[in-house]
Amino acid sequence: MSDTKKTSNTPEKGRGEIANWADSENAGYEFSFGADASRAPVSQRRQMIKAQQVEGKIGGLVKVTIDGHEIRVPMGTTILDAAREAGIQIPTLCAHEDLCIAGVCRICVVEVEGFRTLQASCAYPITQPIVVHTHTPKVRQARRHIVSLMLANHYGECYTCKRNGNCELQNLAEQYGAERFLFGHPEEPLFEKDLSSHAVVRDMNKCVLCRRCVRTCIDLQEVGVLEAVERGAHTRIDTFMSKPLADVVCINCGQCINRCPTGALTANDPREEIWRAIDDPQKHVVIQTAPSPRAGIGECFGLEPGVPLTFEMNTALRECGFDAVFDTNFTADLTIIEEGTELITRLYKALVEKDEHVALPQFTSCSPGWVKYLEHFYPEYIPHVSSCKSPQQMFGAVIKTYYAQHKGIDPKDIVTVALMPCSAKKYECNRPEMNDSGFKDIDYGLTTRELGQMIKEGGMHLPDLPKSDFDDPFGTATGSGVIFGASGGVMEAALRTVIELVTGEKVESIFEHADIIPVRGFEGIKYVELRVPKVGPVPALLKHLVPNWDWLDGATLKMAVVHGTANAKRVMEDIKAGGKFSHCHFIEFMACPGGCLGGGGQPIPTNPEIRAARAKAIYSEDAAYEVRKSHENPAIIKLYNEFLTDGPCGHVSHKLLHTHYTKRGKVIN
Amino acid sequence: MITSHVGPLTYEKVDVDKALKAALNKSRSEVIGTVSSSGLKGRGGAGFPTGVKWNLCAAAQNEHKFLVCNADEGEPGTFKDRILLTDYAKLVFAGMVIGGYAIGATKGLIYLRGEYQYLRAQLEEILEALREDKLLGFNILGKDDFSFDIEIRMGAGAYVCGEETALIESLEGHRGEPRNRPPYPVDTGFLGQPTAVNNVETLAWVTTIFDKGAEWFKGQGTEKSPGLKIFSVSGDCKQPGVYELPFGVSVADLLKTVGGEDAKAVQIGGASGHCIPAKDFGRKIGFEDIATGGSVIVFGPQRDLLEVAINFMEFFSDESCGQCTPCRDGCPVILKGLEAFKRGECSIAHLHELRRLGETMQLASKCGLGQSAANAFLSITEHFADEVLGRNQSNGFKE
Repeated sequence: MSDTKKTSNTPEKGRGEIANWADSENAGYEFSFGADASRAPVSQRRQMIKAQQVEGKIGGLVKVTIDGHEIRVPMGTTILDAAREAGIQIPTLCAHEDLCIAGVCRICVVEVEGFRTLQASCAYPITQPIVVHTHTPKVRQARRHIVSLMLANHYGECYTCKRNGNCELQNLAEQYGAERFLFGHPEEPLFEKDLSSHAVVRDMNKCVLCRRCVRTCIDLQEVGVLEAVERGAHTRIDTFMSKPLADVVCINCGQCINRCPTGALTANDPREEIWRAIDDPQKHVVIQTAPSPRAGIGECFGLEPGVPLTFEMNTALRECGFDAVFDTNFTADLTIIEEGTELITRLYKALVEKDEHVALPQFTSCSPGWVKYLEHFYPEYIPHVSSCKSPQQMFGAVIKTYYAQHKGIDPKDIVTVALMPCSAKKYECNRPEMNDSGFKDIDYGLTTRELGQMIKEGGMHLPDLPKSDFDDPFGTATGSGVIFGASGGVMEAALRTVIELVTGEKVESIFEHADIIPVRGFEGIKYVELRVPKVGPVPALLKHLVPNWDWLDGATLKMAVVHGTANAKRVMEDIKAGGKFSHCHFIEFMACPGGCLGGGGQPIPTNPEIRAARAKAIYSEDAAYEVRKSHENPAIIKLYNEFLTDGPCGHVSHKLLHTHYTKRGKVIN
Repeated sequence: MITSHVGPLTYEKVDVDKALKAALNKSRSEVIGTVSSSGLKGRGGAGFPTGVKWNLCAAAQNEHKFLVCNADEGEPGTFKDRILLTDYAKLVFAGMVIGGYAIGATKGLIYLRGEYQYLRAQLEEILEALREDKLLGFNILGKDDFSFDIEIRMGAGAYVCGEETALIESLEGHRGEPRNRPPYPVDTGFLGQPTAVNNVETLAWVTTIFDKGAEWFKGQGTEKSPGLKIFSVSGDCKQPGVYELPFGVSVADLLKTVGGEDAKAVQIGGASGHCIPAKDFGRKIGFEDIATGGSVIVFGPQRDLLEVAINFMEFFSDESCGQCTPCRDGCPVILKGLEAFKRGECSIAHLHELRRLGETMQLASKCGLGQSAANAFLSITEHFADEVLGRNQSNGFKE
């Protein structure tokens, strides 16, 4: 068993890597809430069989014979996992590595000797030696019937479906279906599409009731927007009181999209509008590309996860007709400067001026899913959220002001597109306050999947394209921007800059290669303390804010990195209760498991291994950059010299680069 | 409401206080031993040995355990638990106390069918009286090591909540849907704790056993189905009502007792049971032959069995919890097929496909509901194929 697998079997939390507590830092620390606040019914959590899971230990392993292959697995392993280990394929639909067990679709049924009925292999924990057969006549008939029953309620043509070629139901129909619709096929839609949300489109005509979305929302993300309602033949997945998705507490994270096996949940697709803008000679269409799509887009073209295609993508975008291609990392660097400055200001007020009203810890604001989660569930903590816009929105404001001036283009003719791994970014760019440039700062949020389709539509096979660079004036980015895509990336980038600005020393003198390993990795909650070893002179950039660094000399900075809103909830509850995290200075929150690389706009499927491969791609990109610290980015220095002349968190930057939030609460009208 | 005929029932003569004292004077393992030796099997229909269930639960080392009385009597055609709760509730409660003592539970819950709300007040009164008599609450009958109380929880009308794991989900405040098994409730039940879920009638027999003795109980019925059984009889017979008969009684004898000798078929086990044709009336009711929770619906010579099948499939289409594909989507497909038969529009080939689908539902559904939802359809189309297929297209009725 590989390490990844062992982690995903961690029994206490019922989830994969997402649920793991932090490293030894947290060992022995009692959180103020129940250790397991999962909302999944007991039976749906991973089985908790107390047994030695050590090879060779008596009682730890149990023998299972699958189709004549005899293997030994740890007690509590499901038949499905055992079969996979033995290299035997069992089809699945409702099962997903990131989610608790449901056992509802029944496609994975197998025959277990001694049982009258077939058993769902995904839900059956092996606790004693058993003999399993995975493709007997009974099993084959059951699978054919199950697929046929799903098709009997699945309205829609594959030709016009976004998931054509990437649909688990389509695959099952190919492998296990009959040559005709045994039990009919709907000719009329039964449900109206819900197009209310900027981010997620729900077409329940295509739903097969596997409930992955329900489990994603309730158990993985602990948001709880979707639930099964009614029963029997009338069962459907719905929102509270059947409200449109835009009117409920959906945070737009799109994790449900990534786990939907069919086209029932998709992102709100702006491709048509973007093509129209590109085709309009009046319009100057620019695109900024976030780090995570580069690490994922290869998957749209059949590559293994983890092959970055940054520069091939630049070529493709120009071929598609974009007038300029920028790197969101530029504004990621800008975010670090602004957000770091904001943090220093807050710390100074709290520690030197003894201002008790300063909201600490400061929370990051890059993740629009996290921001909306907080607005709904912890609105009283809005003052803690950094007022900095996300890199996407900062870029929009800079493009329609600085860049427009620089290029001599009327900003009304500029169309800004943001390539993001994210569905919530589609919502974010449509927030009414996001128009500080005098125009809509970002016109369209485009996901990795959608760009993949645009490139295909342009007749290109991305991996084969030549490489090309980003456009000026923002061309050069840093590695710090790239790692924004992974959980812990914002923290690492901020630390690289803060350490150097405060100590005057190279960060490499503290962390080898400037790799701040403690904040990396997929633990759900990471807690890090860093003692400021010495202080240097205040750099010119920050002179207007603090007279010296003496007040930080020897201080211990406490930080945390959190990804997935389920983990965010745990940290927020801890803060509310005055626990360990309430003493933090800075906390990075990302709504999605794994951070942006696991975003709701990334290629489907997703699982811990895929996300780990994407993270590897991101960190390898970072290592390849010459400049890896945000404050050393020459384009950033130039921007402050030429445009944001009153410095970080100054007047101009406040107008363009900062924003405010809305106390939404959980009341649904 | 069928109240026309009840009894005679053994329960009338049971001395509850004596039974309770007799049980609590024994050790926990002796209590389980007595129940095991009586051969009592669950009266809800599945027939799991009560002693085994309690033993599994008792063996768990958890601090908290629960005993749940399943009073969600939802099977069409059954109403015996209503009679028991109306007239012999103390007997049932005493059975819960004995069970709680045996497994080491401190809390008992009655999951009362939503439609039985009207019984709640009188049940609460009986519970209060038991508390006053020190038969419920802290240190029952002065035993230092045994405190046990009973709480009534209301169901909300879903048939599936009669399935024990769905019932537990419902008790926890979730949507009533069956859980994956294993783990079983005796291991991971209510709030994740070991839980014994027993039928109303089962618990009433427990008390009776401690009054009359395990040997007395075992002396009734058959070897594999010891004891007496309460039947709810309805349909085309002269005297519908509640009957107490020994297991092993033949269908023919039962029909004679209730005045339904001219029946052409009998549905035994409610909607999830089987339709027994007249030629099989010699078969015996018991876990070794026709297992049942006690519902007997008599179909007279004029009864249209296609209508009966449609009625049952309508029921399951509505009452499937909607969780697993075979049951949720299979029931309406079969229903649609039956309606086509009624119009004379369905081919024999399709009937065969539907029958195979019925088998898939029996094999691949997640819980007992789905696994038995096609039973009635399968037995009616097996034994009465002519009646199902021979429809005149013009009027939709059999010629």
